[in-house]
Amino acid sequence: MINSAHMVLIVASVLFALGLVGVLTRKNVVFMLISVEIMLNASGLAFVAAGAKWQQPDGQVMFLFILAMAAAEVSVGLALVLQIYHQHKTLDVDRLKELRD
Amino acid sequence: MPPLLAFIPLLPLIGFVVLSFFGRQMPKRAVAILGAGTICIAAILTIILGLSFLQTPPAGGAYDQLLWSWFSIGNLSVDIGLRADALTLVFIFIITFVGALIHIYSAFFMWHDDDYARFFASMNLFVCSMLLLVMADNLVLMYLGWEGVGLCSYLLIGFWYEVPSNCRAAIKAFLITRIGDTALLIGLFLLFKELGTLNISAILHLAPDHFTTGGSNIVLITILLLVGGMGKSAQLPLQTWLPDAMAGPSPVSALIHAATMVTAGVYLIARMHVLFQLSPVTMMIVAIIGALTLFVAGCSALAQTDIKRILAYSTISQIGYMFLALGVGAWSAAIFHFFTHAFFKALLFLAAGVIIEALHHEHNIFMMGGLRKRMPVVFVTFLAGAVALSALPLVSAGFFSKDAILWYSWSAANGNPLLWVMAMAGAFITALYTTRLMLVVFWGDVRTPVHEHPAQGMVIPLIVLAFLSITAGFIEWPHNMVHLSLFSDLVQKVLPETVLKPDLPSEWLFQLMAVFVTLAGIYLGYLLYYGKPGIRWQRSPGLSGMRDLLFSGFKFDQLYNFLFVKPFVFITRINKSDVIDRLYNGIAQAALKLNSWFAISQNGSLRLYIVGVLAGILFIITLQILL
Repeated sequence: MINSAHMVLIVASVLFALGLVGVLTRKNVVFMLISVEIMLNASGLAFVAAGAKWQQPDGQVMFLFILAMAAAEVSVGLALVLQIYHQHKTLDVDRLKELRD
Repeated sequence: MPPLLAFIPLLPLIGFVVLSFFGRQMPKRAVAILGAGTICIAAILTIILGLSFLQTPPAGGAYDQLLWSWFSIGNLSVDIGLRADALTLVFIFIITFVGALIHIYSAFFMWHDDDYARFFASMNLFVCSMLLLVMADNLVLMYLGWEGVGLCSYLLIGFWYEVPSNCRAAIKAFLITRIGDTALLIGLFLLFKELGTLNISAILHLAPDHFTTGGSNIVLITILLLVGGMGKSAQLPLQTWLPDAMAGPSPVSALIHAATMVTAGVYLIARMHVLFQLSPVTMMIVAIIGALTLFVAGCSALAQTDIKRILAYSTISQIGYMFLALGVGAWSAAIFHFFTHAFFKALLFLAAGVIIEALHHEHNIFMMGGLRKRMPVVFVTFLAGAVALSALPLVSAGFFSKDAILWYSWSAANGNPLLWVMAMAGAFITALYTTRLMLVVFWGDVRTPVHEHPAQGMVIPLIVLAFLSITAGFIEWPHNMVHLSLFSDLVQKVLPETVLKPDLPSEWLFQLMAVFVTLAGIYLGYLLYYGKPGIRWQRSPGLSGMRDLLFSGFKFDQLYNFLFVKPFVFITRINKSDVIDRLYNGIAQAALKLNSWFAISQNGSLRLYIVGVLAGILFIITLQILL
């Protein structure tokens, strides 16, 4: 019998894999950002599950940290996305290769 | 009297400072008066000092004057202190008196030169440094003077620096004497390590108790001091710089490279005589070096054609006599020869300077000739110098000093018949090349017309020096002739008396032989050179190899070129791109290479970056799991 913690961890890793695949395959920068959010939430879910299993607050504390970090990341990321769109009139990562240098 | 002491080196120093800062703005007349005047006043002060020294000898046999403390580190404290004992007084007298005459001469000789003030500034600095060298009461201050005269020698050899060969001669002189200076410096360090002081009188006082006679320490120290002296005094094997040093103006050759600086080595050994007496091996080496040098340089002088080079080799040879005398322990004879040599060699150089000027800068003696009638004053004074150089008996100062050395080279306790034979051969050669020089330059046909006659101011120093070249010897007679030994009485207040061997043959015999050898040399010169303007026999092919060897000074330059210069140039050439640099260049090359490899990965594809991050994470996790 698989206990609930394992079940949640499986869900979290599926979510993480989905996010990763999204980051790797999506062309649009905004969707890539959303995929990163999914990955963050997957790791948050894993933390919460671990916290519930051992009856410790640490997992929830970590989730709150991740939440704060994700908020910050998204605000910076969206600002960058806006600027990129302003300058390049596109959000396609494959066409943004000239940013390499 | 002591306060006078400080003024003797101070006056030339003032002259140097004023001339080097304001010399360019000053009129030539003022430069001459200041430049020569400071030395003249110093000479007058020296004479006053000398008279008072002779009348009322100071306590301890020396005037001491402590000016101020120079520096003090740990147990080493060095003062700027002057000390004048009998030995120093002889040197000060020569430096200031002959120096003053040469300065007066230079005031006229250099009149048409553009860098009049620079010349006098350097000359004054030289006199100041030389005075410090001989008056210093500690070896550090003496070393300051020692380096100062080396610097001035460099500056004045390269005085006409527009000609590249003059600059090369200056650099050569500086570098070769530097070998000696380095040895001297190491010797001073060792001396300080052993005795814990560098004060000269303290060293002389402490040394006999501290060192055992012939111990390895004292032998090492004295040999290092000797190498220092050899460099400055142009003794074998460091003599090659002096003939080239003749690139400087004639008064410079007279003052620095004949009368004063080159005898610094003689002064050093005489001053440190206590140390040298503790090391009989070194004394022997000094004597052998002196004997070899006087012979080798005399032979080289035979074949030279440049009048100043003849005199330069002759100077090396005469200083060889001084070293020989020092080596056999004839201290006062060495200093006496220095005393008379300063007069006649300065005279010969100054007269040579006049001749060279008069003949449109002609240095080759075979382009001169017939000057006896054309320049009678120069002829008479030059003759006086030549007579003294060849040591013509009784009528020249050179005889009295050289005869003493010849006698002591056999009879002194360290003397040796072999040294005596070398010295006699040297005397013969000296007479021969002096006769050659006289006959070729002053007799025969006129080959270059006389273009200008010397100024009065140049003639007066010549006459004074000629007078002294003849008479300066009369203050010291050989023991068996007249009982008059003013000079050795004076010098032996400082230097020990010469110890003689027992059971010697009569001194008369030696004197007669010396006289015979001198006259034979003169006669041979007369036979070979009188009335033979072409000197055809000299160009015969059989002799040309010998002539080349002598002309090049026994190929010492070529030897050093082969032994030191060539290998050094070779090493520098193969190491042109520094071996050590290759390491650093290699690091930079590797970094660039790595950069060019990793730069490929920066292609701007965000996806690829994420794959990279993912691969990294997977790699780390795999490691974690596996290990």
